Amino acid sequence: MIFRPPPPEVGYVLVGVIAALAVASLVTATLRARRPDKDYTEVTARVRTWWVIVVLFGGAMLLGRGASLVFFAFASFLGLKEYLSLIPTRRADRRVLFWAYLAIPAQYALVYMEWYGVFIIFIPVYMFFLLPTRALLVGRTEGFINAMATLHWGLMTTVFSLSHAAYLLVITLSDPPRVTPHWPSEQGAADPGAGLLLLLVLLTQANDVAQYLWGKSIGVRKVAPKVSPNKTWGGVIGGVATTIVLAALIGPALSLLDAPRALLAGLIIGVAGFFGDLSMSALKRDLGVKDTGTTLPGHGGVLDRVDSLSYAAPLFFHYVYFLY
Amino acid sequence: MNHTLRYLFFALVVRPVALVVIGLNLRRRELLPRKGPALVVANHNSHLDALVLISLFPLRDLRRVRPVAAADTFCNGGWSEWFARQIIGIIPLDRKLKDRHTDPLRGVVEALEQENIVILFPEGTRGEPEQLCEFKTGVAHVAKRFPEAPVTPVYIHGLGKALPRGEALLVPFFCDVYVGEPIHWTGDRTAFMDQLQERMSALAEELGRPAWV
Repeated sequence: MIFRPPPPEVGYVLVGVIAALAVASLVTATLRARRPDKDYTEVTARVRTWWVIVVLFGGAMLLGRGASLVFFAFASFLGLKEYLSLIPTRRADRRVLFWAYLAIPAQYALVYMEWYGVFIIFIPVYMFFLLPTRALLVGRTEGFINAMATLHWGLMTTVFSLSHAAYLLVITLSDPPRVTPHWPSEQGAADPGAGLLLLLVLLTQANDVAQYLWGKSIGVRKVAPKVSPNKTWGGVIGGVATTIVLAALIGPALSLLDAPRALLAGLIIGVAGFFGDLSMSALKRDLGVKDTGTTLPGHGGVLDRVDSLSYAAPLFFHYVYFLY
Repeated sequence: MNHTLRYLFFALVVRPVALVVIGLNLRRRELLPRKGPALVVANHNSHLDALVLISLFPLRDLRRVRPVAAADTFCNGGWSEWFARQIIGIIPLDRKLKDRHTDPLRGVVEALEQENIVILFPEGTRGEPEQLCEFKTGVAHVAKRFPEAPVTPVYIHGLGKALPRGEALLVPFFCDVYVGEPIHWTGDRTAFMDQLQERMSALAEELGRPAWV
């Protein structure tokens, strides 16, 4: 159970990603050599961090479910810690925050146990009531509602959302599924989750990159200038279109989605990813910070990287869940 | 100090906790002294302060890095005193003046004579979490005795949230450590203390995080 490797198509796509990264490294190295006057430290750091992320994530996927769950649990931990370090917190809430952190192993244990019924309500219902109750026992009412609301928002964004990506790994089809699955391989039929997860993460990150590149190329009119000056209509439309095309091409090869359904998945991920990024920008504006942290050199914090995934994961998950 | 156990403690416990459970946001680590005699001066909010600061130095320099700690807290006999002296490697400092003939900073002076890097907390106490108190002048006395030793100010934020005074439960919070340019003994005690206090305030302002209530 713990060390079962994923289906071959997952391996092929991972190799493809590594190849793309190698090209990126080569390009940045060439740029640094050709133009020593221009500052390429940020791009270089960005690519280097991508290497670390891909190796860790790819390695976790190749090692199987247990490793992947640990990876996502750790990502949730880093995200929640970053969030709680960023927002104003009350000293009186220290113990409450400790319980909030305990929700992480609990939630991922529920994924491991494939206990969907509790997985889907543990944070929105149980933690939602439990944490304010613990705060009541401390008894500091000044700033109570603010503290509880921001805490829950953080738990939902960093733990609940990301755990949906992890749950893809243990998803099982209903009998019969609403839509006939289109299996990419024999092993893919036995283990549909890995391909779906890789597809989600790949499309989410590709969407981020595509929106950025399109924005730089053709973006003029800003989408939400008060929230984020970097998002332009050109970037969004170009990026989402790229994601849709990519989804239609890779989706059927990697997962049980057929081309039309993969197309729709691409649309969902593209739009959700955009709004996830935007909402994190709004949070940063509110707090007056440029980056959520410094854990990922070249990218900022973990939340900066994971914000689009946190919106895309539950929506993609429930899309798949509904279909199959 | 039990050097082997100390090494293992910092390599296997302190560093993983500081880097993973807590998480460091470090600026200008290169300004930390590489060799003694040297003083590292930091604000104090938590028992974790000294541990995190020591873990910033390369493990091969571990022998030379020693924090000052209050004798009345850490030298009360038993297991905790053994741990403080042997594993953390503290230089005990008597905060209560017993008589005018014993120099409370004697331990610090001896350590500096042995070319150690001494970590000092001029606030003298952990105080309220994430609030800066006025500095005590002991550091000036030491700097005067060792004018060639650089005094490196370091501002730490976040450990007072992770483990404040009076708590035993560690709650993960990212910790900011901002290292400042080292200063040297200027010849005048008041000017030196003013400069040190000013540097710390500048580092705190560079970070720009509000007080924690």
